[in-house]
Amino acid sequence: MTNTKHTLIALVEDKPGVLNRIASLFRRRAFNIQSLAVGSSEHPGLSRMTTVVVGDSAQVEQVRKQLEKLINVVKVSDITEENMVTRELALIKVKASASTRSEIMQIVDIFRANIVDVAPGSLTVEVTGDEDKVNSLLGLLRDFDVKEVSRTGRIALTRGSGS
Amino acid sequence: MKKTGAQILCESLIKEGVEVIYGIIGGAVLPIYDTLPQYPQLRHILVRHEQGAAHAADGYARVTHKAGVCIATSGPGATNLVTGIACAYMDSAPMVAITGQVARPFIGKDAFQEIDITGITIPIVKHNYLVTDVAELAKTVKEAFHIAQTGRPGPVLIDIPRDVQQEQTDFVYPDKIDLPGYKIVSRGHPAQIKKAAKLINEAEQPVIIAGRGIIISQAYDEFKEFAEKAQLPVAHTLLGLGSFPGNHILDLGMLGMHGTGCANMAVQNADLLIAIGMRFDDRATGNTGEFAPNARVIHIDIDPAEIGKNIPTEIPVVGDIKSVLTALNEVIERREHVDWLSQIEQWRYEYPSLEIRQSDELLPQYIVHRIYEATQGDALVVTGVGQNQMWAARYFVYTKPNSIISGGGLGPMGFELPAAMGVKIGCPEKMVWCVAGDGGFQMTIQELATITQENIAVKIAIMNNGYLGMVRQWQELFYGRRYVDTKLWNPDFVKIAEAYDIPGIKVKRREEVIPAIQKAMDYPGAFLIDFLIEPEENIYPIVPPGESLARFFEPSKPEVLGGQF
Repeated sequence: MTNTKHTLIALVEDKPGVLNRIASLFRRRAFNIQSLAVGSSEHPGLSRMTTVVVGDSAQVEQVRKQLEKLINVVKVSDITEENMVTRELALIKVKASASTRSEIMQIVDIFRANIVDVAPGSLTVEVTGDEDKVNSLLGLLRDFDVKEVSRTGRIALTRGSGS
Repeated sequence: MKKTGAQILCESLIKEGVEVIYGIIGGAVLPIYDTLPQYPQLRHILVRHEQGAAHAADGYARVTHKAGVCIATSGPGATNLVTGIACAYMDSAPMVAITGQVARPFIGKDAFQEIDITGITIPIVKHNYLVTDVAELAKTVKEAFHIAQTGRPGPVLIDIPRDVQQEQTDFVYPDKIDLPGYKIVSRGHPAQIKKAAKLINEAEQPVIIAGRGIIISQAYDEFKEFAEKAQLPVAHTLLGLGSFPGNHILDLGMLGMHGTGCANMAVQNADLLIAIGMRFDDRATGNTGEFAPNARVIHIDIDPAEIGKNIPTEIPVVGDIKSVLTALNEVIERREHVDWLSQIEQWRYEYPSLEIRQSDELLPQYIVHRIYEATQGDALVVTGVGQNQMWAARYFVYTKPNSIISGGGLGPMGFELPAAMGVKIGCPEKMVWCVAGDGGFQMTIQELATITQENIAVKIAIMNNGYLGMVRQWQELFYGRRYVDTKLWNPDFVKIAEAYDIPGIKVKRREEVIPAIQKAMDYPGAFLIDFLIEPEENIYPIVPPGESLARFFEPSKPEVLGGQF
């Protein structure tokens, strides 16, 4: 079986230590996670967590079932095969001089990204999109010397009105 | 009326039907212990090391099917519980472990005897709690027992800061539990049961692998009916021994690394495996790539995460075994499997499982089998880990339900003595034999004091070979007989027992075995027999690590013990 990226969405109780339990499970079972993003959900007291796990489908199913065994984890779905919206947000601080600033701004425009901070020697760019878009922009900005990058990791929801 | 956290804890334990707790007092649990005399219905067993408390609670839990309760103070008390909690986790034994914690203002300050026990135990508990508000305590205890005892059982730890034990609130024990993330599938899916029945009805060479799940579910009758109706031969995991009568014509004994030749041959040649309440541990399967190469697999277990974890499964049935087997018994056909069962009889004849070699030395297989005969199988056998465990598993015939208690998954040496205490306290009317190794016995030998103080009548049989025997056997077979650090100098165990006010006897020769066993059984209290066995006796057959189950080997052994079943 081939290793692919799987997107798992979990509803987890918003209690102290829950993230530790989840991280501990990934470590202990030697599951390979690429990103993990967590924040409030529409249910009070529950957070929604998006995890990108790399593995074959049997391994990922094992991850899903082990996660579901955690008492504080309410539900886990592998939505990889479903129609889904995925987004990631990145902040990129790039070196910018008088001579490069306008070129950077043009690239940022093309990606429909925003400049959120301007300093004498740098620009900070905010970009939202799927990982490919973020990676492409980052690749182009590398030519101008990227100083710092902060990425949220993937968040995802299935498309349509169902939940 | 307001009650303290300590009182709330004790009253909640009583509400949960707790009768016995195993523990050691210490600074961070003083308020709890100070309250104990108000609740004489809670019997406290003062152990001598917290590991003993956890193993005793585990042993108690396995024979009573109720959560065993252990208690320890913060810091070292809590860390000493860890081995016992891990053992209960690996073998799915229900346990509630209570630890004291430093008072809330000191948490995170590296206070004296402060340790993050909830953090430490995350990978070895079903769930754990740090109670930071006394108002949460009763609800927490209620949840802890529910989680520990239902579904796939396991240990739950509750860490209670000392000031929470002293704080007061109104005590209301909740009736309901609200755990949105805790779901148990109890009934198997009808479609899966139908598919499983079809496979069973069509199989020509079926084998059951029976695990501890059958015992946990107490599905002995349903299981026997299942095996008999379709004439399905039964191989056991170590912890599945005692789920089916060991003297039954369909019983093959244990499979795996030290399994019987017959069980391993049957599994390797099966066209259908029906795995029930077991988890395909590597000691049971050998090399998974070569495991049962021609078999389709039905896996019945209450834990969905066990399905497909180690072995690909064609038909999973997730549910409580008792309920699944009841449903299956209605839809499977009566079968006879004449050819397959006669092939199995052939293997049974070729690889007799109760055979021991000719020797003038005192052989452990002989001793274990004589204990079986003397007790007529009506005893609870608690084993250590290593050769003694395998001899106990192989040469005692487990004809009665749930009659072997062993630390199978974790394999903690030193399990035997404290676990035997818990087993005896849980089943006071039963004869309890603790089969120990001389290495493991010294790891928890301090519990002899508990045994005397609490008058716990366990019979202790030490298989004393002067070695860490299983490791020595591996050194002999796989490390060129280089016995590095496996030779033990031992104290005189009979004198040690005497110092603890426990009578004992040393046995060096074969003819002394039966009288010594009888003497131990006749004595009303605890009794120790130090069997000085052949130092380099091995447990056979053995499947070398990483090899296929079909590759078991043993040197020839002419003498057959006790006839065949």
